Amino acid sequence: MRLKYISLFICFFFLSQFAWSAGSPEQSSLVPADSASIHNLKEKKESGKFNPGEMIMEHVVDNHEWHIATIGQLDICIPLPVLLVCEGKFYSFWSSKFHNETHSYKGFIVAKEGPNKSKIVTLQEEMTGKAGPKVYDFSFTKTVLAIFISCFILVFVFVSVANAYKRNENKAPHGIQNLLEPLILFVRDDVAKSSIGEKKYEKYMPFLLTIFFFILLNNLLGIIPLFPGGANVTGNIAVTGVMAVCTLIITTLSGNRHYWVDIINTPGVPWWLKVPVPLMPIVEIIGIITKPFVLMVRLFANMTAGHIIILGFISIIFIFGQISTALGLGVGIPTLAFMVFMDLLELLVAFIQAYVFTLLSALYFGLATTEPAHH
Amino acid sequence: MHLLSILLEVVNNFAPIAKMGAGIGAGIAAIGAGIGIGQIGKGALESIARQPEALGDIRSNMIIAAALVEGVAFFAIVVCLLILFI
Repeated sequence: MRLKYISLFICFFFLSQFAWSAGSPEQSSLVPADSASIHNLKEKKESGKFNPGEMIMEHVVDNHEWHIATIGQLDICIPLPVLLVCEGKFYSFWSSKFHNETHSYKGFIVAKEGPNKSKIVTLQEEMTGKAGPKVYDFSFTKTVLAIFISCFILVFVFVSVANAYKRNENKAPHGIQNLLEPLILFVRDDVAKSSIGEKKYEKYMPFLLTIFFFILLNNLLGIIPLFPGGANVTGNIAVTGVMAVCTLIITTLSGNRHYWVDIINTPGVPWWLKVPVPLMPIVEIIGIITKPFVLMVRLFANMTAGHIIILGFISIIFIFGQISTALGLGVGIPTLAFMVFMDLLELLVAFIQAYVFTLLSALYFGLATTEPAHH
Repeated sequence: MHLLSILLEVVNNFAPIAKMGAGIGAGIAAIGAGIGIGQIGKGALESIARQPEALGDIRSNMIIAAALVEGVAFFAIVVCLLILFI
């Protein structure tokens, strides 16, 4: 019953985005692409040339609005709130306000070149080129909206599965439990129990399960080109960075005496690596930071590279299509086969990356909580 | 003489050619990943041939090792992307 209300609320929330923007002409989310503009991207679109670099960057990088489709001359986008803090004052407005002639609003503009390129800066900074007051951008961007969507899906699915288990106490699994039970048992047995051990794995199960399903769902949603998929969440280094920091915090907080002794005074290493210049301890302390750092970069690079490859294949068709339509069609068919293959590979990589992140986190927790073997 | 003038022009506008470093770096990263993951696959196939009952264990260990090696190759790719876009 509660879930029905939650899903109704979600539908209303998303439909209301369009209602907001359709309210007044200047807030419209339907932007005619041929209005006179100084925006680089619009200029290139007007000249008719296809710019693969811009297209790929536009799809891989975060954005203040969610672009859904371009039908002829109209761009359909979902405008998202822009929340800024500048000089102690708080500004909030829809990003569709940026669609006027000067592309600026209330003295803010998205910078097109300079050190703050493609970030929001004050108008005087853009015009004069001198550094202005710092603008702190807390906007509700495309990645944030995608994170909320996947969180709603996760909460919806897992709360209903948990309720189903509570209701059907000793009966066979029914419905989506059948899909999730093997995955959850897989994370519990092959990842947590084998890495952390029988006695202590239960404390870490919530975190490991959350990480696994969050990464998996966001990877899968990133492959789907239609709304609400298609936002590059796990390919955003801030998102993967936060997850790696969580792993780091849990590892450090749950390290027992033997973990720290192994770092400061590694057993089995000759004394001259430790005493005059503590080389080994320094290497081990750097290792505490690099292990989560590698987790972060691995996931980010895998996902971003996968998206760039698929977008590159799509661009090949358009580049050849500009030379002649027949050439575009001819090149299109083997390219389409390559793209399907790459998409299947992306599917495999989505699972593998979620599994590897979870497994390595479990391994670090296991290393931090091992009891020493009695010699 | 012609060669010297070409060299002069190259040295004057070196910036676009510096991006060739990104391409070469990405190529070398691909070679490294290919060799590494090939060795992992070779070891996995040989051990499956020796003991077919251990298929599940060997397969999961192979996937983990391949993901780790590929992670290293991706470091190189990220550096090359940094050259191109920053």
